[in-house]
Amino acid sequence: MAYTEEELKKELETKEYEYGFYTDIESDTLPVGLNEDIVRAISKKKNEPEWMTEWRLEAFRIWSEMVEPEWANVKYTKPDFQKISYYSAPKKKPQYDSLDEVDPELLDTFNKLGISLEEQKKLAGVAVDVVMDSVSVATTFKKTLAEKGIIFCSISEAIKEHPDLVKKYLGTVVPRTDNFYAALNSAVFSDGSFCYIPKGVRCPMELSTYFRINQAGTGQFERTLVIADKESYVSYLEGCTAPMRDENQLHAAVVELIALDDAEIKYSTVQNWFPGNKEGKGGVYNFVTKRGLCEKNSKISWTQVETGSAVTWKYPSCILKGDNSIGEFYSIAVTNNWQQADTGTKMIHLGKNTKSTIISKGISAGQSQNSYRGLVQINRRATNARNFSQCDSLLMGNKCGAHTFPYIEAKNKTAQIEHEATTSKIGEDQIFYCNQRGIDTEKAIALIVNGFSKEVLNKLPMEFAVEAQKLLEISLEGSVG
Amino acid sequence: MDFKENMISSFMAFEDHVDVENPIHDIRTEAIKQFEKEHLPSKKNEFWKYTSLNPYFKKQYSVYPKLESALEFKDVKKYFIHEIDSYKIVFVDGVYSSYLSQTTHEGLDVCLMSAALTKPKYRLVIENYFNKVAPKDSLNSLNTAFSREGAFINIPKGKVVDKPIQILHFSTGNEANLLVQPRNLIVAGENSHVQIIERHQSLTDNEVLTNGVTEIFAKKRAIVDYYKIQNDRLNASLIDNTFISQKEQSHVSVHTFSLGGKLTRNNLQFFHEGERLDSTLKGITLIGDKQHVDHSTLVHHAQPNCESHQDYKGIYADHSTGVFNGRIIVEKEAQKTNGFQQNNNILIDDTATINAKPQLEIFADDVKCSHGCTIGQLDDEALLYLRSRGIPKKEATALLMYAFSNSVLDSVKIPELKNRINKLIAMKLGVSLGFDL
Repeated sequence: MAYTEEELKKELETKEYEYGFYTDIESDTLPVGLNEDIVRAISKKKNEPEWMTEWRLEAFRIWSEMVEPEWANVKYTKPDFQKISYYSAPKKKPQYDSLDEVDPELLDTFNKLGISLEEQKKLAGVAVDVVMDSVSVATTFKKTLAEKGIIFCSISEAIKEHPDLVKKYLGTVVPRTDNFYAALNSAVFSDGSFCYIPKGVRCPMELSTYFRINQAGTGQFERTLVIADKESYVSYLEGCTAPMRDENQLHAAVVELIALDDAEIKYSTVQNWFPGNKEGKGGVYNFVTKRGLCEKNSKISWTQVETGSAVTWKYPSCILKGDNSIGEFYSIAVTNNWQQADTGTKMIHLGKNTKSTIISKGISAGQSQNSYRGLVQINRRATNARNFSQCDSLLMGNKCGAHTFPYIEAKNKTAQIEHEATTSKIGEDQIFYCNQRGIDTEKAIALIVNGFSKEVLNKLPMEFAVEAQKLLEISLEGSVG
Repeated sequence: MDFKENMISSFMAFEDHVDVENPIHDIRTEAIKQFEKEHLPSKKNEFWKYTSLNPYFKKQYSVYPKLESALEFKDVKKYFIHEIDSYKIVFVDGVYSSYLSQTTHEGLDVCLMSAALTKPKYRLVIENYFNKVAPKDSLNSLNTAFSREGAFINIPKGKVVDKPIQILHFSTGNEANLLVQPRNLIVAGENSHVQIIERHQSLTDNEVLTNGVTEIFAKKRAIVDYYKIQNDRLNASLIDNTFISQKEQSHVSVHTFSLGGKLTRNNLQFFHEGERLDSTLKGITLIGDKQHVDHSTLVHHAQPNCESHQDYKGIYADHSTGVFNGRIIVEKEAQKTNGFQQNNNILIDDTATINAKPQLEIFADDVKCSHGCTIGQLDDEALLYLRSRGIPKKEATALLMYAFSNSVLDSVKIPELKNRINKLIAMKLGVSLGFDL
């Protein structure tokens, strides 16, 4: 790890929210509020075909009849959906082949974030589809991918260029009727990524998208659709940072994964949106629906590192429909100050010999509340289903809370389910041991937290693992009294 | 008329039978108002997610039997743990049966709630404890509103009760749609020790519904062991609400043996009001025949240095449904808490269902809390081992199930009771094992 102690020290000094800056790019924003006209306007702005507009309108109608869910173990002021602008796109819509043509100001933003497109191109071998306030502005490595027949583009592009695929799969895993925020997203989604891996192709690089919330007062409604055709493999990374902002920002994304027979999808997320300041003011509301569908012998693996957002409400799930399919969920959720997280997974076992693994690590500090909520469901016909769940919580200080709400439903006698959860704190003896060896308390805690989350960090792709480790340390800074 | 209206109008009729001048009646009136305000349990309620009472709410109920049913001891003897000497409080259709009971006032009070509620000498106890720990939700309030009869046990300071106390509720089903609502209060004074066995039993195949509330108060260093036998007929339904308030260094254990009944719901909640105390919740569920058992537990750790142990075993066959909804809450004051929760389940066939929800809500940092939940089947290799030694399949399976539930049976402190439970389980499994377990 090329990350020294001095660097950490420097980072800690500027720890409040280092990615909190605001890029001054002229944005094209729709008036606030939501009605059928706005939905039409969004669709029109994006030059979408008629069927897409209708699809959105139907979603809007469904949404208007729904009520906001309240069951999650979080408290927040509900966003006023009529006070949000639902579309914001950088005005100078860039269509570039090389980075030189990109707005220098935008490039500067990326540099501050530590994303050097050039460098990533050459060194990391990561194709980045940068989403800046909802419209994709740069797609690299497209050519390499195109040679293999891989489609990796923004979803609005996919709607125009690959309508058959989009029509066939959009909304099949997360239907518009699924929940309040999924319906809202379906009506107003601004942009997102689309990825299709053809039959038998192993994607040669990690696909990655960076999301940023930029325009004050605009919700970000991402829509991601990843389709892995038979016998293919793809690893997809999603990373997020957002500028510091005082009012709460709403983020309601939908991610749909489809793994056809014998395919494998690995989806990794690092989420570091603005969590609100030390008094609990501001911060992003993160209400996300993520779900994957597994056909025969396929595998979907979710890995997430959640350190940001004021309120998180997120349950990446797997529907294990095909026989012998596998679902995995590895998660680290860190909450500090006044953050609240209610996160977990759902594993729905439908096919025979299906397997699922859940490893969830929750770390709470400050006045935060961290909940794990998970469902393991073994249906009547899912013979020989197997599940293993482990939820560990680490508490720092006595003002925070760690909660576990596992739901286990079994209807087949051959099901084998194990669930275990523990809650603990960092032992004084552990810290003492480190102190004795010249490691200061702050660093010792970082070390222990790292060890605690190793099982999950190991599952992240290399590029992300380093970043995630850094994030963990920064997020927990100042939480030790 | 819906269930709520039915109950509210019954309350008016009920008022004609009780002394409305009694201060208790204010509590009752308050409770019926609360009941009117609260929503009835439905699947939308997180705590009733897996158990529906809707079919019950569609019926009309009477809350008091019109005629008294007399029972002969020889007919019901088998439902008592008759091998041992004990105090007995027996109710038939919610009405006290003095003929079958054996109460006392010598050194301790083992008597009736109706007496406790009306006699002046108990006024202080009632004032201090009655309806003090039961939460004011819909079904508890309903019970409170109609509270009139049940067991009242008051053990003074330092008293070690010489023999167990048996509380039996018989239902004759002679009257259709009778809603029986017993109300029990147990106060165990400082350094006292008591063992209580409770059983609900219907005697015919008629439909029976019981909504009972038991409040237990364990004072400093008191030891209370409570055993519930639920081995009822296929048409009997029971909603059992038991609430325990514990003071420092007290030990309270509740064992629930759910071996039968159409629908059994056990709301069992422990509230801690002192340090260094210990709560134990254990249970064995063994059902089939479309039966439904729901264990909903709560241990509320609000004080430092306390321990709680939960251990529930479930074996489910033939269209039966099991629910385990266990909660541990650790408040931020409750440092050094040890909270353990274990729930193991076996599904015998593919028609049975188990829904488990072991929850932890923790606000303190210096605690050791863990929960484990498993769902599985009997080990084929173990079964083969036994069968290759000449033990028939049925017996071998039964043996393994005994082994599976042994950690619960082991902690039963009354040998005769343990024996009885063993026999009941053997009967359920259709085996007779030729050795002492």
